[in-house]
Amino acid sequence: MTALLDVKGLHAAYGETKVLHGLDFAVQQGGVTALLGANGAGKTTTLRAICGMVRTQGAIMLGGKPIEGMATEDIVRLGVAHVPDGRGTFMELTVEENMRLGAYTRPAREATADFERMFNYFPRLKERFRQQAGTLSGGEQQMLAISRALLLRPKLLLLDEPSFGLAPLIVKEIFGIMRRIRDEEGVSILLVEQNATIALAFADDAYLLETGRIVISGPASDISKDESIRRSYLGY
Amino acid sequence: MEGFIHQVISGIATGGIYASVALALVMIYQATHHVNFAQGEMATFSTYITLTLINIGLPYWVAFLAAVAISFVIGVAIERLLMRPVANAPVLTSVGVFVGLLLIVNSLTGWMFDYTIKQFPSPFSDKPMLGGFLSGHELGSTGVTLAVLISVYLFFKHTRLGLAMRAAAFNPVSSRLVGVRVGWMLALGWGLAAAIGSVAGCMVAPIVFLDPNMMSGILLYAFAGALLGGIDSPLGAVLGGFMVGVIENLGGAYVVGTELKLTLALIIIISVLTLKPSGLMGRKVYSRV
Repeated sequence: MTALLDVKGLHAAYGETKVLHGLDFAVQQGGVTALLGANGAGKTTTLRAICGMVRTQGAIMLGGKPIEGMATEDIVRLGVAHVPDGRGTFMELTVEENMRLGAYTRPAREATADFERMFNYFPRLKERFRQQAGTLSGGEQQMLAISRALLLRPKLLLLDEPSFGLAPLIVKEIFGIMRRIRDEEGVSILLVEQNATIALAFADDAYLLETGRIVISGPASDISKDESIRRSYLGY
Repeated sequence: MEGFIHQVISGIATGGIYASVALALVMIYQATHHVNFAQGEMATFSTYITLTLINIGLPYWVAFLAAVAISFVIGVAIERLLMRPVANAPVLTSVGVFVGLLLIVNSLTGWMFDYTIKQFPSPFSDKPMLGGFLSGHELGSTGVTLAVLISVYLFFKHTRLGLAMRAAAFNPVSSRLVGVRVGWMLALGWGLAAAIGSVAGCMVAPIVFLDPNMMSGILLYAFAGALLGGIDSPLGAVLGGFMVGVIENLGGAYVVGTELKLTLALIIIISVLTLKPSGLMGRKVYSRV
C-alpha cells in the first residue's frame, strides 16, 4: 500500500498561538485513517492545515506531490474534499444548489448523473431537493455536506466530526452509509472524531492527538484493543 | 385623477433607474458588507464613455454596449487593484477607500470631460406614449431597466457562475472548499455592478442632463430604495427602488414640492434605519450576547 496523503513535521498556528507541533501521519490509498483526541487537541486544525486554510510549516504530500502553501481552491481542485466542522451548509441556498456547488469544478452533465448516486446513499436528500438547506435537520445537513464533498469526485475525503450534535441512531446510520461510500467510491478518508468507539470501528489506522502532538499511532484494531490506551486516553 | 396616474407611472419610470443602482449597491453589499459610495460616480463616468463613443461616430447601441463592457472591466480592475488590498482591513479603512474612490472618480470625470452640463441623446422617440402618460424615453428606459433586472435575475438563478457568485457572497469558506475562486467572484460582482450602473447612467442622462455630479442625488434615492427593500436582498432593493421613485414623484407633486424631493429620500433612509433596519424584505440578523 502506498500513502495517498503523507504529512511530515506539520506545524500550524493561529497568529501567535501554536496549535500543532510537528505531526507525522499518513492516509493510505483506499484506507480510512482516524485522528482522535479531546477538544482542543488540534484535530480540526490538522484538517484545515491540509486544505491550506491555516498557516503551516512542514511537508504535506498528496499522491507524492507537495501541496503545502497552495490556495484552498487549488488543493480542492486536486481532489481533496473537506466536510468542515459545522458542516459548512449554504443555508440560504436550496439543497439542489448546494449539490450543484459540490460539483462546481466538474462538467454540469456529469454532475446531474452523480446526483442519482447521492440519492441512493441518502434518499432523504431527494425528498428535500428543492427545499432551502437551512431548514434541514442536523443529520440531513451532515448528509448534504458529505454529498457535496463526494460530488467533487475526490481522491481524499476529510471528515470533521460527522457525529457532532447528532442523535446516536443517526450517527449509526451515517457511519453505515460511510462504509458503503468507502467501498463503492474508492475514496480515501481522513476522519476526525471525538467519538472514539465509532471511529476506531470504521478506521484502518488511527492516531491519537494530545495538545498538538501525536502520542499514539497504529492500526485501529490494536488501539481499540489496548486496555491502557482506552482507559487513559479514550475514556471508556 | 389623470394627473395622479401620470405621476405614478413616471415615478415607476424613474424608479427603474433607482432600482438598477440599488441593485448594484446590494450586489457589492452582499459580498463585502460595505456600501460602495462611489457607485454613482462610476456610473457617471461610464455615461461619459458612452457619450465619447457616440461623438466619435459610433451608433448609439454600439456605444452603449461598448461602454457597458468597458465599465465591467473598470469595475473588475477597481476590485483587484484597490479593494483587494483592504479586503481584511477594518470597516473605517474600507469606508475611507470608498470615499476616496468617489472623489477620485468625480474629479477624474470633471478633468477628462470638463464640468459643463451636456445633453445626452436618447435612443427612443420623444413622442408621448400610452395615451400621453409616458414619454417615449420613459417607456424605453423602463423597458431597458426591466430587461437588465430580469437578465441579472436569470444569471444569478440559472447559471453556474451566478450560483458560485451567490455562494461566495453567502459563505466564502464553504465556497473555497468546493473549489470556487472567491476572490474572482468578488471582482466579477464589482464588474457587474459597474456594468449595471453604466446602463442606469445612460438611461437617466437624457432626463437630468450629463455633468460630473449627475448621479449624486440618484445614488441617494437608490440608497433609500436599497434600504427600504432590505440592503441584503436584491429583489427587495429592486422593489424598493421602484417604490422610492413613486413616493418621490407623488410627494414632489402633492406634498413637499419639487425643491424638497431629495428630503424624501433622507426621510426614508432615517425612517427605515430607525423603525425597520432590515428593510421590507431583508434578512433579520440575530446574534447571541
